Amino acid sequence: MGNTVVEKIISLHCQEEVVPGKVVWVDIGLRTARDFGGANVVENFRRNYNEDKVADAAKTFFTFDCVAPANNIPYANNQQICRDFAYQQGIKVFDVDQGIGSHILIDKGLCLPGCIAVGTDSHLNLLGALGALGQGMGDVDIAFAFKTGKTWFEVPETIKVVVKGKLSPPVSAKDLTLAVLKRLGSKGALGKAIEFYGEAIDSLSLDGRITLASMVTEMGGIVGFITPNKEVLDYCRARAGKEDIEAITADPDAHYCQTIDIDIFGLKPQISLPYHPSKVVDVDEVEGERVNSIFLGSCTNGRWEDFKVVASILKGKRVYEGVMFKAVPSTREVYGRLLKEGLSEVLFDAGVILTSSGCGGCASGQVGMTGEGEVQLGTGNRNFKGKQGAGKTFLVSPATAAVSALYGRITSPDKV
Amino acid sequence: MKKPVVIKGKVWVLRDEKGRAIDDIDTDQIYHNAHLAITELEKMGQFALGNLPGWEDFPQKARPGDILVVGKNFGAGSSRQQAVDCFRSLRISLIIGESFGAIYQRNAINSGFPLMVCSGIISHPGKVDSRNVLEVNLSTGEVFNHTTGKKIEGGVRFSQVQMDIYQAGNLFEYGKTILP
Ligand code: SF4
Repeated sequence: MGNTVVEKIISLHCQEEVVPGKVVWVDIGLRTARDFGGANVVENFRRNYNEDKVADAAKTFFTFDCVAPANNIPYANNQQICRDFAYQQGIKVFDVDQGIGSHILIDKGLCLPGCIAVGTDSHLNLLGALGALGQGMGDVDIAFAFKTGKTWFEVPETIKVVVKGKLSPPVSAKDLTLAVLKRLGSKGALGKAIEFYGEAIDSLSLDGRITLASMVTEMGGIVGFITPNKEVLDYCRARAGKEDIEAITADPDAHYCQTIDIDIFGLKPQISLPYHPSKVVDVDEVEGERVNSIFLGSCTNGRWEDFKVVASILKGKRVYEGVMFKAVPSTREVYGRLLKEGLSEVLFDAGVILTSSGCGGCASGQVGMTGEGEVQLGTGNRNFKGKQGAGKTFLVSPATAAVSALYGRITSPDKV
Repeated sequence: MKKPVVIKGKVWVLRDEKGRAIDDIDTDQIYHNAHLAITELEKMGQFALGNLPGWEDFPQKARPGDILVVGKNFGAGSSRQQAVDCFRSLRISLIIGESFGAIYQRNAINSGFPLMVCSGIISHPGKVDSRNVLEVNLSTGEVFNHTTGKKIEGGVRFSQVQMDIYQAGNLFEYGKTILP
């Protein structure tokens, strides 16, 4: 019998036979730690391995994105603990100016199709957008990976999700993602890998693929793979400066534990209600509710394309009086492009608060928190109670966020 | 075998005020991100379940050796180890539940903290209630409720790697035994 993508990638990194349900030891390509969890990784490492060196400093990275730059002393201390350790060990730090670690691995050409990457980020599995196996792990796991370059995996079963139909603007990758999440629910892929297929999936840009792959975590999944197309492969080749990069594809006779067909014909803009990402309805159903604030950004929707859509909607207009609009580019690269191509000016003139890159309003409140009773539309991946403050967060696409910002009320972008 | 494979203790069942199992409890509800900068295990226990409505006083109620019974997808969300460590800090002896977030499950296994899957334990009514006494065999998956005198089906015995890491103490100790 043939193999699924996850089985093939694991096979490439281990010496054992790979079958779902079996625990195997794998050699890891990339190991990272963020400012979130990073200090605990260092502490675990030092406690268990004293002054030992990491297995391979060239494959090990720190990425500071959670609270960047640190706005409180404990985070600042933790970042400094990581910097000192990195210096001792010869590990590269992508510091607080660089942006979200998972995106850096993609944009710097470090993670490539077929790679295995682990880190203290539960959305590292968005590397499935490249056909790579990314895994978020805790600090014990990552300290062990730093030292040994290895980890254990229970080979997951794979669900095949086939999306039928096409996307047409203003319905975006995020709406597709929320529709899939609605169908699978928060536990639909628990402990499993997903492979996504279908016309709408094939036509997604790299940024759109990242959006979809980033929310597999909210479906309970281990990772969601999208077979790289030419655009993605060319991107990886250009970024890595290497030509011999190919996609890992599933065998035609691979075994799937489940096949789910999702028809997106006539799909409308989608929205997640507080406080569960999978509580998804059409934007229409909650249209008109007053909006106090907007957060554009995160590893789900903080990329160039997302900002472009928002800028095109806000151009020459002003955000509704009293609506606070926070925009945080995912990486320094996106931030630079906004500045150089004039989009930052468009956003500024519309009344948007544009900050430097990172996770921003997604967690820890680096760029504002919500107050009791505040209604926020965010383009991130989670709206758990208390995560972004005391208020209520709805999850939407960048287009829905921008249009709603103009009206001061939840508004579907297909109405305007 | 250094560590006990049979664990017996008084249970806390994570139900809401209407008596329904609480599913999808995420790591922010278990251990809020406001306390993430803490690195000492002893200080983590006081924040366990601190953001879960109705359970904020869990750290005061729980006693060392108690067992926690949870619903589906417990520990969804972030990769924070503290969401496991806060229960280690309170010396909870075992978490048994319907299903777990994948990262959460790994984190528990790697820190040598016993965690068992037992489908139906909370969603099927009448199996277990708070303050019952459960006895759980980690190597066979047998679960027995001493208070009701009934066996509970659905327990999944530890996998080899889970048992090995548990017996070694944690992933680091286990690693020393298998890797060069
Ligand atoms: S943007 Fe949010 S979900 Fe993504 S890595 Fe940062 S904190 Fe995590």
